[in-house]
Amino acid sequence: MENTLTPVIEVKEVHKSFKTVHAVQGLNLTIGKGQFVALLGPNGAGKTTLVEMIEGIRHPDKGEIRIMGKTWKHHEDELRHLIGLSLQETRFTDKLRVYETLRLFASFFGLGKERVEEIIELVALEEKRKAYVVNLSGGQRQRLALGISLLNKPKVLLLDEPTTGLDPNARREIWAILRKLKEQAETSMILTTHYMEEAEQLCDYIIIVDHGKILREGTLEQLLNDEKGEKVIEFTLKDAPETLPRTKGEISDIQWNGTQGSGKVTVQNMNTQLPEFMDYLQQNRLHLQDMECRRTTLDDLFTTLTGRHLHE
Amino acid sequence: MNNRLSNHQLWQLIISYSRELIREPGVLFWGIVFPILMSLGLGIAFTQKTDVVRKVAVIDASGDGTSVQHFLLTEAQPNPEVAADSFRYSYTIPDKQMGNTTFLFRETDWKEAMVLLKRGQINVILTEQNGKPEYHFDPRNPDAQLSYIKLSGVLNGKAVNTPQDNGEIKPLTLAGTRYIDFLVPGLIAMNAMMSCMWGISYGIIDRRSKKLLRRMVATPMKKTNFLIAFITVRFVMNFIESALLVLVTWLVFGITIQGSIAGLLAIFMAGNLAFAGIAIFVSSHTANTEIGNGLINLVVMPMMVVSGIFFSYHNFPDWSIPFIQKLPLTMLADGIRGIFNEGLGLSDIALPFVILSAIGVFFFSLGLRFFKWH
Ligand SMILES: Nc1ncnc2c1ncn2[C@@H]1O[C@H](COP(=O)(O)OP(=O)(O)O)[C@@H](O)[C@H]1O
Ligand SMILES: [Mg+2]
Repeated sequence: MENTLTPVIEVKEVHKSFKTVHAVQGLNLTIGKGQFVALLGPNGAGKTTLVEMIEGIRHPDKGEIRIMGKTWKHHEDELRHLIGLSLQETRFTDKLRVYETLRLFASFFGLGKERVEEIIELVALEEKRKAYVVNLSGGQRQRLALGISLLNKPKVLLLDEPTTGLDPNARREIWAILRKLKEQAETSMILTTHYMEEAEQLCDYIIIVDHGKILREGTLEQLLNDEKGEKVIEFTLKDAPETLPRTKGEISDIQWNGTQGSGKVTVQNMNTQLPEFMDYLQQNRLHLQDMECRRTTLDDLFTTLTGRHLHE
Repeated sequence: MNNRLSNHQLWQLIISYSRELIREPGVLFWGIVFPILMSLGLGIAFTQKTDVVRKVAVIDASGDGTSVQHFLLTEAQPNPEVAADSFRYSYTIPDKQMGNTTFLFRETDWKEAMVLLKRGQINVILTEQNGKPEYHFDPRNPDAQLSYIKLSGVLNGKAVNTPQDNGEIKPLTLAGTRYIDFLVPGLIAMNAMMSCMWGISYGIIDRRSKKLLRRMVATPMKKTNFLIAFITVRFVMNFIESALLVLVTWLVFGITIQGSIAGLLAIFMAGNLAFAGIAIFVSSHTANTEIGNGLINLVVMPMMVVSGIFFSYHNFPDWSIPFIQKLPLTMLADGIRGIFNEGLGLSDIALPFVILSAIGVFFFSLGLRFFKWH
């Protein structure tokens, strides 16, 4: 009996250390049925470590993980049938064809040709069904990995950086497949990424992680409204100096990158703060080369929280 | 094909791995063509009677009129291929059954003779003292001894004449006693070892380093099925390879299996099992192919050297023989050889069969226990 109150994934106070790194430091999360959640964080944030613990291929040093109320220790067989996953970097057998690879993995779930055909259609690899895996493009390979993760119609889907290294087109193809899946509302998903667009486009809940801890979490609106409808002014200067003079009044910290000659200011009220910014430039004899106003993004939020960018 | 079988994970694992092997062109060459070529080459080299050339340096300070000089000028012919080097004289002892022996002589001084000796171009130096020839050679080198015996026969005015028609020699060319009969069973055993050790270990380590292994165990796949698939495919491949090798050497050399075919299959299977088990144990932990190579060599090389694949291990010191005989490769090679050449039956190979199987099962379980899947 499926209790609607039981969360699909529950992670409580989970810790994991490697020799010198405390990779996951007391994380909690709860994910409900049909929810799509993004774990957004830069390289080394601990995303893979966390996801692999949920997948049951790493064991937490401390804490508890339950999937549909079950634990890896007691229900490994059941859970293996429930979940689908793709690892951050898997290379499938080079000289096996797409169809054969899917057929092999289908057999692990006791599934046959019919399901393989459905998957080939779902991930749009009809034309490549006879191609050797080694001859696939990066995007096709990721679609194959995604197809494999969907073979068993998983209740829980865990994707570790499914689009890293792909060009925008290939990325959008993966997104399209996942959106279709979301419409069916049968699958809960955790996806790790360091692309903020990916989190924004696909997920209804976003968890920003760094150094093994959750920095912020919420829906996209919650995360960005947290910052009260802020806007960002990005600008570059002619004859850019190493450092900028101090600011006064409503214009608070300008994030200035002396080597690139570009800077960023966050403003709450365009009407009052933009003129003030222009005054500041004039007073200090700084000349704008270029300027752009835009709404804040998750990357801005991350930068405010950590002083770094997601891609660093 | 029955759907239940073709959807079964063990079957899918087996055919996937077979496909991967067949699609790698190197596998067919090194696994099948190469051993056959090797047996043909060695078989022909060691069964044909061949003409032997023996080179001799002559140091003759005293000029004309000595008996050596006399021999060279009167008995020997000018070497027809004189252009290349300065072995100017040749003398041939004809021999229909064992092959002709041709002596080539080169007049030189001590210094150069020593260089030639050190390079192995000659192994006898001929001088003359008080009208009698003197032979300088390493008495522990059997080949030099043979040169000496034959050469002194020739030089002693043919007083010790070489038999011209070898009346008392009966060459053994019976099936079962030739070098090829010794070699083919050894090659079968060696093939089984190499193919299991390299093939299985490489297959596992490669999948581990590609993280494919951890992807596979993140499904309901049974881990033992994964390993059994490797063993099964290797076994079938080795069987085909060996059958082809026997077929070709039977056609070319008339090699025969004098003992029990069932016994042969049994010992062959047990040998494969032993090496497959060891291979799984060896590759149970590392994801690094270099380390894998090292470990495999550590197992394979000593056995290649001592187990008597190409030459009998009875040349090793007596105290070492009992150890050598207990190595899996020796057990397998001796078992197969016994069946091929000595006509052994099923019961004769029961002991090695049990031991080899036990080795396989032991290392398989041990490997499975320590196996690093992630
Ligand atoms: N097997 C491992 N051994 C040692 N350190 C590791 C191992 N796996 C990950 N780490 C470390 O743990 C931290 C988190 O890594 P990871 O979970 O892979 O981050 P992400 O997936 O967010 O890029 C990193 O500092 C990384 O170097
Ligand atoms: Mg990662």
